[in-house]
Amino acid sequence: MAISQLQVPSWLEPFARLLRGDRPGEQIVKVLRHVGLPLLGMALFLMLWQSGAAHVNTSLGQLPGPAQVWEQAGNLKDEHFAEREKAVAFYQRQEARNAERMAENPDAKPRPIRGYTGKPTFLDQIGTSLKTVMSGFVLASLIAIPLGIAIGLSGALYSAVNPLVQVFKPVSPLAWLPLVTIVVAAVYTSPEPMFAKSYVVSVLTVMLCSLWPTLINTAVGVTSVSTDLNNVSKVLRLTWLEHIRKIVLPASVPMIFTGLRLSLGTAWMVLIAAEMLAQNPGLGKFVWDEFQNGSSQSLGRIMVAVLTIGLIGYVLDRCMLGLQRWVSWDKNAITR
Amino acid sequence: MAALLDITGVSIEFKTDKGPFKALDNVNLKIAEGEYVSLIGHSGCGKSTVLNIVAGLLQATTGGVVLEGKEVNEPGPERAVVFQNHSLLPWLTAYQNVELAVKQVFRGQKSRAEMKEWIEYNLHLVHMDHAMHKRPDEISGGMKQRVGIARALAMQPKVLLMDEPFGALDALTRAHLQDSLMEIQRELNNTVIMITHDVDEAVLLSDRIVMMTNGPAATIGEILSIELDRPRDRLALADDPQYNHYRHEVLRFLYEKQRKTDDSSAGRKPPSTNTSAATTASVADEDSAKSVTAESVSAVVTPLHKKHVA
Repeated sequence: MAISQLQVPSWLEPFARLLRGDRPGEQIVKVLRHVGLPLLGMALFLMLWQSGAAHVNTSLGQLPGPAQVWEQAGNLKDEHFAEREKAVAFYQRQEARNAERMAENPDAKPRPIRGYTGKPTFLDQIGTSLKTVMSGFVLASLIAIPLGIAIGLSGALYSAVNPLVQVFKPVSPLAWLPLVTIVVAAVYTSPEPMFAKSYVVSVLTVMLCSLWPTLINTAVGVTSVSTDLNNVSKVLRLTWLEHIRKIVLPASVPMIFTGLRLSLGTAWMVLIAAEMLAQNPGLGKFVWDEFQNGSSQSLGRIMVAVLTIGLIGYVLDRCMLGLQRWVSWDKNAITR
Repeated sequence: MAALLDITGVSIEFKTDKGPFKALDNVNLKIAEGEYVSLIGHSGCGKSTVLNIVAGLLQATTGGVVLEGKEVNEPGPERAVVFQNHSLLPWLTAYQNVELAVKQVFRGQKSRAEMKEWIEYNLHLVHMDHAMHKRPDEISGGMKQRVGIARALAMQPKVLLMDEPFGALDALTRAHLQDSLMEIQRELNNTVIMITHDVDEAVLLSDRIVMMTNGPAATIGEILSIELDRPRDRLALADDPQYNHYRHEVLRFLYEKQRKTDDSSAGRKPPSTNTSAATTASVADEDSAKSVTAESVSAVVTPLHKKHVA
């Protein structure tokens, strides 16, 4: 296959053309536009940050610039691997001890291996946060999509539920959190809990806040299924379930995904706040711990966390967008 | 001649904020098997309402529709509808759109292979073999309408209902589809009720043209039997005195007897759908020009139609 037929991502297109010698002048302008301008923006931002940070003196020392933050990012990575090595060594020690014991006295029972209790590293916290946000998001979607379809189909149900939705939608996660914490403490009292309470609290808070965009968009998507398609369904005498499965659901997929994308964005924002307050392990708790810690490195570490949170949020959004493009039949839907 | 479909004393009233609005009054029509009947009239006269009552999408206030001795009171595939704007499911291919209908109608009657054959046969009838695995957004407006017709034909309806099937198409595409439809009719001899605002289309395709008076309380004004030999050829007919006589009859009814005054006109359709050719005498062209001055009336009629057709 010739190079000219290869499918390349749109941002690589000018490079590919440049390589092919296809109107080079035009391609260079395109490259500058698509690659040069973003790089320029980033460079300007870093310069502003560097010069601005030098003027801010805090109780924890000077506000760190990009270089210090980069250094802290490296530190956090090193700490993670150091901690991992420690954990491995910890388990090895136990096993070695057990083996020794067995060698001395073959009848002795091997001691159970104890779990490693070192503190979670930055990377661990990222993992925890991702797990929590996905749990909350999936839970919210499982409630919001069916409920949205029901509301979209029934005008009466819509009238009944709409005021509630409008009132609960703008409630901040910080307001839900104390309520959720207390209710979970009262209700979730199994002696051997499957999940930690703080995890349940975070997941429920995330769910309560990220429910609404999916709910509303699904309902709107279902309401706007065209009359003609409904008439087709009637002429074909589709049963209620078939009508939903074959007409309503596919017709509202683009709107449902718009809602899901908004919901995931909200979920991620809410999660950080919830983790900070609920002391649930995760990025939020990391930020809070560093804030309480107040060492000379703390500000740099918090900034690493801020950038990581932003980056992960961006990646999550892109993933949803990719999924939307893949699943949705409406390729013209706004997908930016 | 025994009637297959019997519309008797059909009237319909819609509730509005300003009290009941009588759209149709005492519509009576008998249609024989294999007959091709066109409904023509000015926009807003209730042609679509008649069709929707036959389809079962609307319920007559008084009177009723009997198909083969059974009263019609809900929609069903034996009265398949071809909608004006194709109404294909945009996420399915042409084949899958027809398949949805076939699976629904012939469930338990046809085997998987028979269904496939039947779907392909119907798509072949409308000359869509080459694009049957394309989705609606990948094919032209005329092709979409072809698939819409194939879907309706595939339900093997007793009566095929067509609501301005070619109304949204350009003149050339429309002529192609009319020819295709005549060809299909020669083969299948379906019973058809078609709504149109195109006089040439009505004369060319129909066995009878049912001309409706203006609403409110619209009813059947005149019925014109078209006794032209089939197969009909549009070029040969252009100079045929008999053909031109029929055309004039319909035009006379529409523009002399049922001439719309400004206060009785109700432009229901947006002008964009009135894409009739310059050579085609069309009722809609005049409507679109008049509908601007008829805001007051159309404001009453439009929401009504939308609401109840829904």
